[in-house]
Amino acid sequence: MVASASGDSFEQMIGQWRTYVRRHPSIHPRDVDELESHLRDQAAALVSVGLAADEAFLVAIKRIGNLDALSREFAREHSERLWKQLVLVPDASSEPGHSAFQDRIVMVGLAAGAALAIKIPELFGLHLLGDGQQVYTRNLSLFVLPLLTAYFAWKRRVPLVVCWQLVLLLAAAAVFANVFPFVPGGHTETLTALHLPIALWLAVGLAYVGGHWRTSSGRMHFVRFSGEMFIYYVLIALGGGVLTFFIVQMFALIGLDVRWAAQLWVLPCGAMGALVVAAWLVEAKQSVIENMAPVLTRLFTPLFTAALLAFLATMAWTGGGIDVTREVLIGFDLLLVVVLGLLLYAVSARDLQAPPDAFDALQLLLVVSALVVDTVALFAITARISEFGFSPNKVAALGENLILFVNLSWSAWLYARFLSGRGSFAALTQWQTAYLPVYAAWAALVVVVFPPLFGYV
Amino acid sequence: MELGKDLVAASATPLVLTLLAGGDSYGYAIIKRVSELSGGQLKWTDGMLYPVLHRLERLGHIAARWEVSESGRRRKYYRITRQGRAQLSSQRRQWQLVDATLRTIWAGTSSPMTSGIAPALPGH
Repeated sequence: MVASASGDSFEQMIGQWRTYVRRHPSIHPRDVDELESHLRDQAAALVSVGLAADEAFLVAIKRIGNLDALSREFAREHSERLWKQLVLVPDASSEPGHSAFQDRIVMVGLAAGAALAIKIPELFGLHLLGDGQQVYTRNLSLFVLPLLTAYFAWKRRVPLVVCWQLVLLLAAAAVFANVFPFVPGGHTETLTALHLPIALWLAVGLAYVGGHWRTSSGRMHFVRFSGEMFIYYVLIALGGGVLTFFIVQMFALIGLDVRWAAQLWVLPCGAMGALVVAAWLVEAKQSVIENMAPVLTRLFTPLFTAALLAFLATMAWTGGGIDVTREVLIGFDLLLVVVLGLLLYAVSARDLQAPPDAFDALQLLLVVSALVVDTVALFAITARISEFGFSPNKVAALGENLILFVNLSWSAWLYARFLSGRGSFAALTQWQTAYLPVYAAWAALVVVVFPPLFGYV
Repeated sequence: MELGKDLVAASATPLVLTLLAGGDSYGYAIIKRVSELSGGQLKWTDGMLYPVLHRLERLGHIAARWEVSESGRRRKYYRITRQGRAQLSSQRRQWQLVDATLRTIWAGTSSPMTSGIAPALPGH
């Protein structure tokens, strides 16, 4: 070890050096730890052959090399730390990107297209709040997701083959949403309306990753994108609500009731156009939300864990099972989806190299408590099925619970392995990205198979 | 002797994998060992080893863990994985091929050190 006489100044120098290195965003604190460990080894070796501590420090620093060059190497290796630059600015050497101006024009055009598309059925006399409600319910995702897909297909210069695949996928979705003779307001129709967007999100994802959907990192980028787009969309929706409120109030002041305009135009058109705008914002203004989303995840993970634990404890205390009605089942499914979302986002935002910490233990607790809740729900659903027989809603809920159960169980296992130092976090990331197509496949199955299977009720 | 930049980069992977195949180790020890084995001739810019280690870790060729050494300091140890061993044997064959080819060519030229660029394959 370093001689104790000059030990203090040595520690000071190490401290200063750490502060300096930390200014490089591509070198994480964890890497700085590793480099510091190296620095100390090197310095100790030099001291043992007769150098003074401060001399040894300087030689060791010199041997580590130029920090800017080092930081570049780290950036090349850890692209996820700087993913916005890599996704946003296309590799200048290999493919010329679209200019920011072009990008904005296309975005505005597609957003306007989405806003107008929602009004197309009106041309055929199908009104959103009247007799066209059925058409709108089934096709809601088809008004905007094809445009979003087109945006990314254009932006990522998706190969022509993939473009055709996307067109086929979207066309098939349009066919299955509309050919079935649904009983108006029936369960299968609602299921289609709920599951079609999930299946179509796959098409958006395919375009987003530019056809490279086989890579785990590509899928992870899409998960990050989805989370950030959700946040942007909520923010835009809040702003839109305030705007609409003021419009209605202002016109009321001059004696005009414009609520119809808000209901028929501002709300539906705004909701559709905002999706395209939100997607564009994620791409263009990455660094804003990039910092916020992990913070939100960290904030809500403990809260949701506490909520789940409180629920389980209360249920154990009162000794009662859950009273399974349809609303309760849907509520459970939604809760589990939120937990999965938190998990996915936490996984996507995590530094792969960092060792396990308290937050990982908390994540495991969240996953395990969600697993218990899921098991309770599974029991309740099977009990209800054996009592009242199969219904589309129950089978859909059962399927979704099983899918989530498999994911959560394996995630818990991988988390436990990671926390005990026997596995890497990368295994968990890979499991989550490998599982993504399962959701889309199940959603597609519900849309395609369920209506005929259950007689369109 | 200074090695060219590209050669240093290319040889880093087989060197690291070979050393780790002989036992788990950490960055500083790997650098020291490479320096010793090459008689002090092969010197890396120390810091540059770490991105290489992280890349090999991401590819699954090696696995890392933090450990506290006997002196009470934390060190990041690396271990070669089964996949890493497969990669190593493949790299080994590649390097042997390059080495054998160069040897054959250089054996045929009178003195590659002084005659500059050797002419194309001699001895038809």
